[in-house]
Amino acid sequence: MAPAGGRPMDVINYILRRVLTSVVLMIIISMVTFGVFFMVPKLAGTNPAELYVGKQATPADVAATARKLGLDQPVTVQYARFVKGLVAGRDFDDGPNKTHCDAPCFGYSFRNDRPVWPLLLDRLPVTISLAIGAAIIWLIGGVLAGVISALRRGGALDRTVMVLALAGVSLPIYFTGLLAQLVFVHTLHWLPGGEYVNFADDPAGWAGKLFLGWVTLALLYAATYARLTRAQMLETVGEDYIRTARAKGLRERTVIAKHVMRSVLTPIVTIFGLDIGSLLGGAILTESVFGLPGIGRLSIDAVNTKDLPVVLGVTLFGALFIVLANFIVDLLYAVIDPRVRLG
Amino acid sequence: MTVGPVTSPTETQPVEEAPAVPGTAIEGRSLGRIAWTRLKRDRVALAGGVTVLLLILVAILAPLINKAFGHPVNEYHQDKIDPNLGGIPPVGTWGGISSEFLLGVQPVTGRDLFSQIIYGAQTSLLIAFAATLLAVAIGIVVGISAGFFGGWLDSLFSRFMDLILAFPLILFAIALISVLPPTRAFRTLVMIVVIGGFSWPYIGRIVRGQTLSLREREFVESARSIGASNLRIIFKELLPNLAAPILVYSTLIIPTNILFEAALSFLGVGVPPPTPSWGRLLSDAVQYYEYDPIYMFVPGMAIFITVLAFNLFGDGLRDALDPKANR
Repeated sequence: MAPAGGRPMDVINYILRRVLTSVVLMIIISMVTFGVFFMVPKLAGTNPAELYVGKQATPADVAATARKLGLDQPVTVQYARFVKGLVAGRDFDDGPNKTHCDAPCFGYSFRNDRPVWPLLLDRLPVTISLAIGAAIIWLIGGVLAGVISALRRGGALDRTVMVLALAGVSLPIYFTGLLAQLVFVHTLHWLPGGEYVNFADDPAGWAGKLFLGWVTLALLYAATYARLTRAQMLETVGEDYIRTARAKGLRERTVIAKHVMRSVLTPIVTIFGLDIGSLLGGAILTESVFGLPGIGRLSIDAVNTKDLPVVLGVTLFGALFIVLANFIVDLLYAVIDPRVRLG
Repeated sequence: MTVGPVTSPTETQPVEEAPAVPGTAIEGRSLGRIAWTRLKRDRVALAGGVTVLLLILVAILAPLINKAFGHPVNEYHQDKIDPNLGGIPPVGTWGGISSEFLLGVQPVTGRDLFSQIIYGAQTSLLIAFAATLLAVAIGIVVGISAGFFGGWLDSLFSRFMDLILAFPLILFAIALISVLPPTRAFRTLVMIVVIGGFSWPYIGRIVRGQTLSLREREFVESARSIGASNLRIIFKELLPNLAAPILVYSTLIIPTNILFEAALSFLGVGVPPPTPSWGRLLSDAVQYYEYDPIYMFVPGMAIFITVLAFNLFGDGLRDALDPKANR
């Protein structure tokens, strides 16, 4: 269905405006993040260049590294260079050896001297595997549970589902994750422990390693989705247009499937987009508990080793996913909900 | 996150009206009284509320309770652990649970887990409550200004809230906290500021939305027509009407903030040791949980019960204060 409002110019206008908003949002986020991560160590009295060369280095080494990385420049110059690196790549000039860092250049890891961007790309498949698998389970499970609950409102099933959902949102994933591993990996031995394997190398091993992550993560989100679906459904059923649909003799099934679900889907799409967006930026807690080498794991390791370029890279990468998700949600919104005005 | 009325089963039953006494006039009931009547009938919410009160009492009276049932927080009891098992309590003792150590002992050090949990409640609730207060304060100011004055101020504040909600929350928080000095008082303050600083847009958006619809209502119009100033309208007309949603959503972000604090501690950027913290206990338990599951179970349940109690109470409170629910 075409977005409501009809005229193609309106649609293009709407999309352009959303693109512009997203880009501005991303620029502001990058400025704030850059500012925070490069100012705070200064205030705390540590020199980022020192982190790079290590504690044994002479002051001369530190100064040389600072110059190479441009850390001796004012923050505005550093930011400008950083943005240039992202867009067009940049050169690090160390006198004898010049290094070129291809766009998008997030700089080099303080720890292993590798460029940050490939590091991120290396970890992305793990995070995507985790997020997509979990999302499928929670979307189906959560919405179904919510619909059934609303249809059987006040009944025993409804009460059970809602108590479970409330328990679900109250359980921290690092607790359910440990419990699940204790039971299914260490006690019953139904699932393998050990390291993560790539899908291409060993699909069964890949699924076995990810399975508990999918289920525990899905449990957490499904709970929210079930509550949201139920609340939204109960509210919609009371609306006049639903009464009209019933009055004109539509079967209950058609009323629910065609009219009620459409309105229920709107908020679900919104939070689904945001949840997926933030998960793709790294499911830090889930990845730490299950030992999955994804973006979240990379970020917590980078924080622990004070590897600022990686931390900055992961934060911006995560923000990019959230902003993108927001953008897509806004577009979908116009498609799903005819009441959204494009003007 | 879930908005809208989630009516509890008890509310679908007809309200029991007091038997009409001849000669008494029908009395108007205030929203507070109606809410209280409804809340009293919602047994699940009441159970949540009582648990919340108990937890607050435990946190406040931690030193007294600990004196009666526990041991000094950082007292080592290495006789309670078996060095041959890699420093965990002897097998078959359920993590060292006994009449002396009610919740068992920590591996390696043999510290009393009961006292860790009791004092952990202090850490958890102090940070969560303070962060919530901060979030509510900022949320009210920003939400009312945006909703009431509208125009460019509204655009500015709304975009600002979008911006904060678009940050990769936990990552940004751990990155920020990890570069700041880790002394106890300072870290506590930083955690409060970070948690509150990231959770206020939830309150801000709700307050803004409510203000937007309230400011068009007749009573605001009439106040303005008799010459009331903006400040007077905000404080005398808007705020009293915003009290209910603010109360409900504050209750509902407390559990989120408790989880946030626990997550930060779990990831190693919480209040530094030796101050007890549930999240840190759990992260410490990761290396022993295959052999000493009780040590993982106890702090995990502490977090779960606390968060669930706040959620149950907050949910019930929302239903009770919801004017749309049948009275």
